[in-house]
Amino acid sequence: MRRLAVWAATAVFALVVYLLLTMWTGTWGLWSLSELIAGAVMSCIVGAACGGLLWERGGWRMLMPHRWLLLVLYVGPLFVAMARANIDVAWRVITGNIRPGIVRFDPQLKTDLARTILANSITLTPGTLTVDVSEHSGAFYVHWINVTDDSPTPEQVCGGFPAWARRIAE
Amino acid sequence: MNALIYILLAVGALFNGLGALALLRFPDVYTRIHGATKCTTFGSIFSIVGVVVYGFSQGGGEGGTLAVHALLALFFLLLTNPTGSHALARGAYRGGIKPAQAVVDRLEKGKR
Repeated sequence: MRRLAVWAATAVFALVVYLLLTMWTGTWGLWSLSELIAGAVMSCIVGAACGGLLWERGGWRMLMPHRWLLLVLYVGPLFVAMARANIDVAWRVITGNIRPGIVRFDPQLKTDLARTILANSITLTPGTLTVDVSEHSGAFYVHWINVTDDSPTPEQVCGGFPAWARRIAE
Repeated sequence: MNALIYILLAVGALFNGLGALALLRFPDVYTRIHGATKCTTFGSIFSIVGVVVYGFSQGGGEGGTLAVHALLALFFLLLTNPTGSHALARGAYRGGIKPAQAVVDRLEKGKR
């Protein structure tokens, strides 16, 4: 019963997102019939596929609206970090001055969503690449193009990202 | 307005070119993914922002639609690309490819 509720909630959420994206497609109303049918089918598939994953560990926290606002604000610091890393890696491409290695650090994030946000931010920034995340301990294994410390703190590798991931999803 | 579009496209093309150069210069799969990430972040951000500016400067329904579609493409690109890169890197490591020139490999000690 609980599983069914979880699937239904995910499917409804996916349908809302789909409908927001495909607004003003209809000739007589907001949505055309074909869009509604396609959206219903697709949201059922999404609900069945991801329902079990989304709410397991703290996914319900994203129901708080201020977390979505923080997620939007996060674009700013992410872009600044991305710009700095892009220029840094551009210079490394030209000079060939690299010192690669896989380092381990523990950002102490509990929820799946916070780990996903952090891992994606790390991978999106040139120069750092998440290779693996330990399911149990939550430790991150990150391929780092310029290893300055064999056992770095999270801040050394990815700056303010862990704090933001905690703010948004924990 | 045209000058702005040209500048944005030029910066995008420059970073995409550097990304391609990184594929040639870097030694192994992991460092090459770093180079590819550069293409998807700054290369595509600047190219797509160029398209968005073009769309809005055209104005009207068609230009606006073009701009919004380009923005959506950027949003989903930035959302899905790191997942793919991560899957590639993890698959490569599980497939037994060791990072070249590595000064440290904590994953090896941590897992086995």
